[in-house]
Amino acid sequence: MRVRIRYGVEGKVRFLSHRDVARVMERAIRRAAVPVAYTEGFSPRPKVQYGLALSTGYESDGEYIDIYLDPERQGVRDPREIALALTVCLPAGLEVLAAAEVPRQATSLQDSVESTQWRVLLDVTGGGAMGGLAQQVDELLASESYEIDIIRKGKPVSEDLRPLVHALRVTAPSGGGPAVLEAELGTKPRSIRPSELLGALGVSEPRLVRRTHQWTRRDGDRREPLALGDLSPRAEACAS
Amino acid sequence: MSASEPMFDRLEPLLARVQRPARYIGCEVGAVQPDWSKCEGPDGDRVVRWLLAYPDTYEIGQPNQGLQILFEILNERSDALAERTYAPWVDLEDEMRSAGLPLFSIDTHREASAFNLLAFNLSAELTYTNLLNMVDLAGVPVRSRDRGPEHPLVIAGGHCTYNPEPLADFLDAVVLGDGEEVVGEVTEVVGEWLAAGSRDRTELLRALCGVEGVYVPAAYEVTYDGDGADALVESVEACWETAPMPVPKRTLPDLAEWPYPQSQMVPLTEVVHDRLNVEVFRGCTRGCRFCQAGMITRPVRERPAEQVSAMVREGLARTGYDEVALTSLSSADFSGIAETVEEIVESDTEGRISVSLPSLRVDAFGVDIAAQVQKGRRTGLTFAPEAGTWRMRQVINKLIREEDLYGAVDSAYSQGWRRVKLYFLTGLPTETDEDTLGIARMAENCVTIGKRHMRNPSVTVSVGGFVPKPFTPFQWFGQNTEEELHRKIGLLRDALRRNRNVAFKWHDSRASVVEGMLSRGDRRLGSAIESAWRKGATFQEWSECFSLEMWQEALAEEGLRPEHYAYRHRTEDEVLPWEHLDAGLHKDFLWQDWTDALQEVGLPDCRWTPCYDCGACTGWGVEHVVASAVPPAGGSQGTGQDLDTGGLLPEVVAVPVEVRT
Ligand code: SF4
Repeated sequence: MRVRIRYGVEGKVRFLSHRDVARVMERAIRRAAVPVAYTEGFSPRPKVQYGLALSTGYESDGEYIDIYLDPERQGVRDPREIALALTVCLPAGLEVLAAAEVPRQATSLQDSVESTQWRVLLDVTGGGAMGGLAQQVDELLASESYEIDIIRKGKPVSEDLRPLVHALRVTAPSGGGPAVLEAELGTKPRSIRPSELLGALGVSEPRLVRRTHQWTRRDGDRREPLALGDLSPRAEACAS
Repeated sequence: MSASEPMFDRLEPLLARVQRPARYIGCEVGAVQPDWSKCEGPDGDRVVRWLLAYPDTYEIGQPNQGLQILFEILNERSDALAERTYAPWVDLEDEMRSAGLPLFSIDTHREASAFNLLAFNLSAELTYTNLLNMVDLAGVPVRSRDRGPEHPLVIAGGHCTYNPEPLADFLDAVVLGDGEEVVGEVTEVVGEWLAAGSRDRTELLRALCGVEGVYVPAAYEVTYDGDGADALVESVEACWETAPMPVPKRTLPDLAEWPYPQSQMVPLTEVVHDRLNVEVFRGCTRGCRFCQAGMITRPVRERPAEQVSAMVREGLARTGYDEVALTSLSSADFSGIAETVEEIVESDTEGRISVSLPSLRVDAFGVDIAAQVQKGRRTGLTFAPEAGTWRMRQVINKLIREEDLYGAVDSAYSQGWRRVKLYFLTGLPTETDEDTLGIARMAENCVTIGKRHMRNPSVTVSVGGFVPKPFTPFQWFGQNTEEELHRKIGLLRDALRRNRNVAFKWHDSRASVVEGMLSRGDRRLGSAIESAWRKGATFQEWSECFSLEMWQEALAEEGLRPEHYAYRHRTEDEVLPWEHLDAGLHKDFLWQDWTDALQEVGLPDCRWTPCYDCGACTGWGVEHVVASAVPPAGGSQGTGQDLDTGGLLPEVVAVPVEVRT
């Protein structure tokens, strides 16, 4: 049995690395007495599949893990109960948002997600700077290709940003406060990081970056691997 | 903004720019939450706020059990609360200094100035400059005499405080020995001072002198017999009538009354020793002469086996850890070790829990226990014979027979372990090159034994330079110079170079010099520590940060030299800088043990043989708390020590292959 968990990352825990979150999750699974399956071999690990990594420092409303249950082991199996048990065992800020069973053969989280959506808070001072940013966004959207220099596997490479930017919008703060940049970024064939998009727009230190959604595609429709509020024991529709 | 309000929002932008920001967020699972509403009540102004500090990174300091124990005990009290802080790494320190942000607590992220006490755990001399740096980051003058009533009190506890003299100018007070009880008494004294308006700092220090186990450096005057680099302490006088002479240490008579930590916190990011820790006993009377921890924590106080089992059971369930360490200075000596291990193994129906014994006994019995508990891949087992010849081991009173080591190694390889790690010291008193090279011979013999069981056994030899510590029989010994340690390491490296199965590791001998000076230094070293800190010599435990040059410059500026503090043999009549402190050990016992060492005479374990009155029990109203009146079974490590047969050629290696002896 494979149970998918959707969780959020908010507050101080956003400074955990992807590896840290994985370790915290595995310990929570053990403390919550979830009958997780273990891998074979000398050092058995709990069978847990992780989705796309979230960069250290970012918040999220849509992170996912798949937990494989061992039919032989005793314990909580109902996704709703697993969600509750995990919630108690996780630190403040890591919050279970939804849980449901998915078919064992469903595509892995990493492969099924085609784009991710972001909401970035920016400290933009003055109307001039705001105008400049809005203009850059327009230029990027109007261009056919937009080459940027990034580092991949320690090597500088040139990458065309344009096809990976599915949507981009910047809104000025009405009555003060930070500007809001919303972006949907493709993950195929390669993901682009929000920091790389921001770099291309000349923004170096965003106040806060939050992943709001991860999107998969099924029958031409855009869906989430698990919709919010989906605590039902079996949610086939969400198994992409 | 008031200092007692959280400041995380000001820290956040800085965290986005530094490496491993998770080390600054706290949030550990199971951590007790300090309750600031205590400060709001009618007696709120006398609630004593402790900031417990570890002067190294979070990764090193977070697992420290002493700090976690005090954290819980203080937060349980209605008249105290405690938070924790660790040394910010250099990247964050730079950010904090340029943004004007002070040292902060990691539990609720408050400024250091929101606390009444800044209490350091001192476990290593090379962290002293970090202590100064953290005091400075807290916005507190580094020198005690420059502080006013508005500043937190800077205090310290931990093993290094048995000679706090090099830090005497910077510490307002020092706590000697077990901290569980004394933190409560300090809280009461500070609370009363707060209630009375907290005006005069000296008044508080005078009152603290009255707490047993508390040493206030300012209450004592040290005179020297000259003022050159080689001046010696002439006398130490108490100058306030409240100041005791000597200052006694604190010893918990019964560990059973203190089952702490009750809720060991689970860090969210990687730290050292990331596992459940249950202390099975405190103190050790094996009597290894180089070991300060064993000397200053006497006598042996065991935790009842049922309590250990309960703490393990509940701890594993609560934390989700799959590893538990049974901690002490020599856990296989715990009376209940066999039952405890068996119980853990039996209750672990799924076979996922591993038990670690940080100090494995060097004999087959030790390996059997390890075999029982080590799940999964058997990668490496560690033993600490400490010296390469029987003669040398008699000098240091680590009376392990070579045959026991080889028996252990044979047993380890035969049960599937592929690597054996051996710990040794070099630079020990009376050590000859033959003794040093004995290390290489032992390592090679272990390879020979391993080859009987597998084609490619691996032996790792790890060698540290010996640094004499206060309150040990070796406190009078002049340590080897940096050059001499370097030469001995070179001898071993050459001897082991040709053996492909041996990996050789050694500690930086330059750091040993600085550690040696700080461990047995006097108050005059304070200026040099301050000067080294001002030059930027922080994180000296980290090889990438250690700088001998900065220390040399700092010493030269103050007209001091390592020869005087570290390299010189001291005489019986010399006043030792720490002599006004009492670690429980009679000076004449230590001197006798020193002369015995030089004559290669061993001393048995007083747990199972008659008391030889070292001083730790007599006169203190404490005694050993040991469930078993007989020593555990086993070889030289089990039956009390073997005082004279260690020179025998071990049979196990004598038979099959030619072995160098
Ligand atoms: S006083 Fe006696 S029994 Fe106590 S630790 Fe010393 S030698 Fe052992």
